[in-house]
Formats: sequence, structure tokens, C-alpha cells
Amino acid sequence: MSPDSFTPLSRRAMAKRIAEDIQDGWYVNLGIGIPTLVADALPDSKDIFLHSENGILGFGPAPDPDHVDPWLINAGKQHVTLRPGASFFHHADSFAMIRGGHLDLCILGAFEVSSDGDIANWSTSAQDMAPAVGGAMDLAVGAKRVWVATEHTTREGAPKLVEQCHYPLTAPGVVSRIYTNLAVIDVENGHFVVRDMVSGLTPEGLQKLTGAKLYFRENVNA
Amino acid sequence: MINKQVRSVADALEGIRDGSVVMIGGFGSVGQPDAIIEGLIEQGARNLTLIANNAGSGHVGLAKLLNAGRVSRIICSYPRSSGSVVFEALFQAGKLDLEIVPQGTLAERIRAAGAGIPAFYTPTTVGTILAKGKEHREFNGRTYVLEEALPADVALVEAWTADQFGNCVYRESGRNFNAIMATAAKLTIVQACNMTEAGTLDPEAIVTPGLFVQRIVHVPERTLLTDSSASAETRKQAA
Repeated sequence: MSPDSFTPLSRRAMAKRIAEDIQDGWYVNLGIGIPTLVADALPDSKDIFLHSENGILGFGPAPDPDHVDPWLINAGKQHVTLRPGASFFHHADSFAMIRGGHLDLCILGAFEVSSDGDIANWSTSAQDMAPAVGGAMDLAVGAKRVWVATEHTTREGAPKLVEQCHYPLTAPGVVSRIYTNLAVIDVENGHFVVRDMVSGLTPEGLQKLTGAKLYFRENVNA
Repeated sequence: MINKQVRSVADALEGIRDGSVVMIGGFGSVGQPDAIIEGLIEQGARNLTLIANNAGSGHVGLAKLLNAGRVSRIICSYPRSSGSVVFEALFQAGKLDLEIVPQGTLAERIRAAGAGIPAFYTPTTVGTILAKGKEHREFNGRTYVLEEALPADVALVEAWTADQFGNCVYRESGRNFNAIMATAAKLTIVQACNMTEAGTLDPEAIVTPGLFVQRIVHVPERTLLTDSSASAETRKQAA
């Protein structure tokens, strides 16, 4: 059997793939890393309000360098722009939106995701006494849907999709879908269910790069 | 007539004692009241406990205060950012106690303190190491942890425009922790980029009513908004 011949998606392509699945009218929070890139990939044809922890609803893509507003940053402390209909509020209101279940979706990066939907994305060791949690734990338990955007494996090739997370959890049982550079995978009843894969990759090839059993939809796109 | 405006940063910080719990507004460098933070170094109070989202960056503002050895404990959600070199060095040397609090829990603990609510239940941290040792309780089939209000002796806040009554408005994402911290301290000190005559702010637009504020000092914005790229660069260096 010949080895799989496939090209993993770039980070930008992953962001574009995710943007396709965000529905018109949703209020969405984007975590740091690949999720942040989704802000630049959203089509103008949809009204999607992006939420930032530091008190913005309705921010837009990064500004061009000549039009940077120093008072306008996202949660990753990058400069952003405003879309029509945007609003400002303080941190308690911002997390009322998050914790109160008002956001349709939050997209987080992750170190690991388990087939039970557990996510670990804030600390790489229980011995690390100064990890930075930020808003990740509030987002993970508060948004109506939690999607993860991550490379399928670590740089060393270790699986990030696993049976059980080894790193300290951000929240248990909250992730419903994972977008990787190789596949889109739903988390359903304790199982990873593959929705689509990059072309040229076989189910066996994807399974080898994954730390838990994969199930495949009958009409999986590849 | 009420006039809460003081003449100098030194006047604004008068009387802050050793061992005080000090809230510092801002998210990253946006809305961080750098002038009164650095004024605290001159003021001399020691053994402070800081409550802030971040632990400072570079060597200005919050980082400068940490570097001066005035802080023994910090309560924050995100101490490690690129450039948080002062925090990192002090923490590794064992010279700084740290309490990590999820950002939403931090915001709500501050809000609760300002609103006279001693504690509340939140779903955040359930099933994680940050929930260890905390009271858990079930409501409607879901588990929550008990978190206590987080009051302070002093809040240092940056507003965009204030009047002599203490009414404040903020600029864009500069509202962040400032507006809630202003409610949660015995002594709220505002660093205002602009001052306006009492009674001239639009009542519909005021975010922090003056009753929450005790002192205001006018510190004109340290960057030029007319030259946006340059100001962004200045802010970046400040961060």
C-alpha cells in the first residue's frame, strides 16, 4: 500500500474553512492563535459579530498600518477595526455575555482535546505555578458551542486528539467540533466522528495521527 | 461645590499605606493608568497586593512598580505575555506571590465587591485544578463553584474624560476593567486624559457616575492620536 499523498491546510486555509461554517447572525468569540485568523476570513455577505473579552462586540479585521487606533485591541492585544453596529462595554458585562450563554460560538486553540470533549489549552504542566488562564475557562463553559482549531499533531508529531487529556483541563466535556489542518471532526457521545478530510488522506492515515479511535461518516468528504 | 480634581499625581496618591490592596485597570496597555502607577513608586507604599488582569510588560507602568519591589502579591488572570519579563524574573526568584483567577471570575469578583455581594457561584473552573478546595454546589442539575468578592483599598483607573464631580467616560476598549474597579475600592483614583467642566458630560453617556470616584488627576494622553501609526508604536513600546 502506498503512503498517503496529501497537503495539510495552512493556518489561513484552516481559518477560511472555519469561516465557511459560521452562520449568518452568530455572535462569536475567537481565541488566540489560529482562531484569531478567522476574523480576517469572514465573508462580508454574513452579519457576524465578533466579541472580544476586553469589551468589544463587532470588531473587524486588522487595520492597515496607517490607520491603527491604539485604543482598539482584541483579546490577543492586536490592533483591530470596528464594524458598523459595534459596541463597547466593561469586563463584567463582557463576561456576562460569555458566562450567560449569549455567544453562539467560541473557537479556541488547544494543546489537547479528548473524545469526551474535554479541552486542555491553558497550562502544559500541573507543576507550572504561573500559567496564564485568561478568559479560556469562562469561554469554554459559557458559549453555546465550543469549537477547537488546532494542528492535528504537535510539532513532534504527537497526537493532540486523544482519549484522555494529560495536561490540566480548561473544561471537561464542552467541545463539539474540531478543525485541524487535516480534518474536521465532530465530538459526539464520547466519539470522534470525522466529517471531512484533506484530499489524498485515507482514514487509516488519519487514524495513525490520532490518539483515539476515529469514526467516519458514510459520506465523509475526502 | 464638589471638586474631586487634584493638582498632581502626588496629591492623588496621598495616604496610600503599606500593605494596601490596589486594583489597577487596563487590559494590556490600553486603559492602564501608567502615570499614577508610576506615581506609586514615588509615593513609597510597600508590600502591596495588586489586582490586575495582566502582570505588566516591558519596564514601564505596572512592570516598573513590580521592579521597584513594592509588590508582594498579585492577583491576575494572565500574568505571562510577551514582554512580561519583570514579572517572570520576580516570580522565578520567589519574590512574588501569585493567585491565578479566570478573567471572567476576576471581573465578577470585582463587580460583586462593588455591588455589595459577598460571593457568587460560577460554572467556570468546575472540573479543573483551579476549582480545588472550593465549595461546589449544584443548581438545576449543573455544578458551580463558590467565588468570593474581591474588594480593594485603592483602585487606579484611567478614564478618557472626567468632570470635577468624578463622572467618567472611557475610550473604546479602554473601558475594560476600569469601569468595574472604580466601583470596588474604598479610594478610587482616576487618571483622566481629558477634563471637562462639571455638568458638561452627557448624562446618557456617563459610564462611571461620580459617586464611585474620590480623586481625579488630569494626565493628558501620552500619545498623539492625530499620528496614528506613531501613537500605535508608542503604545507598543509602552506595552
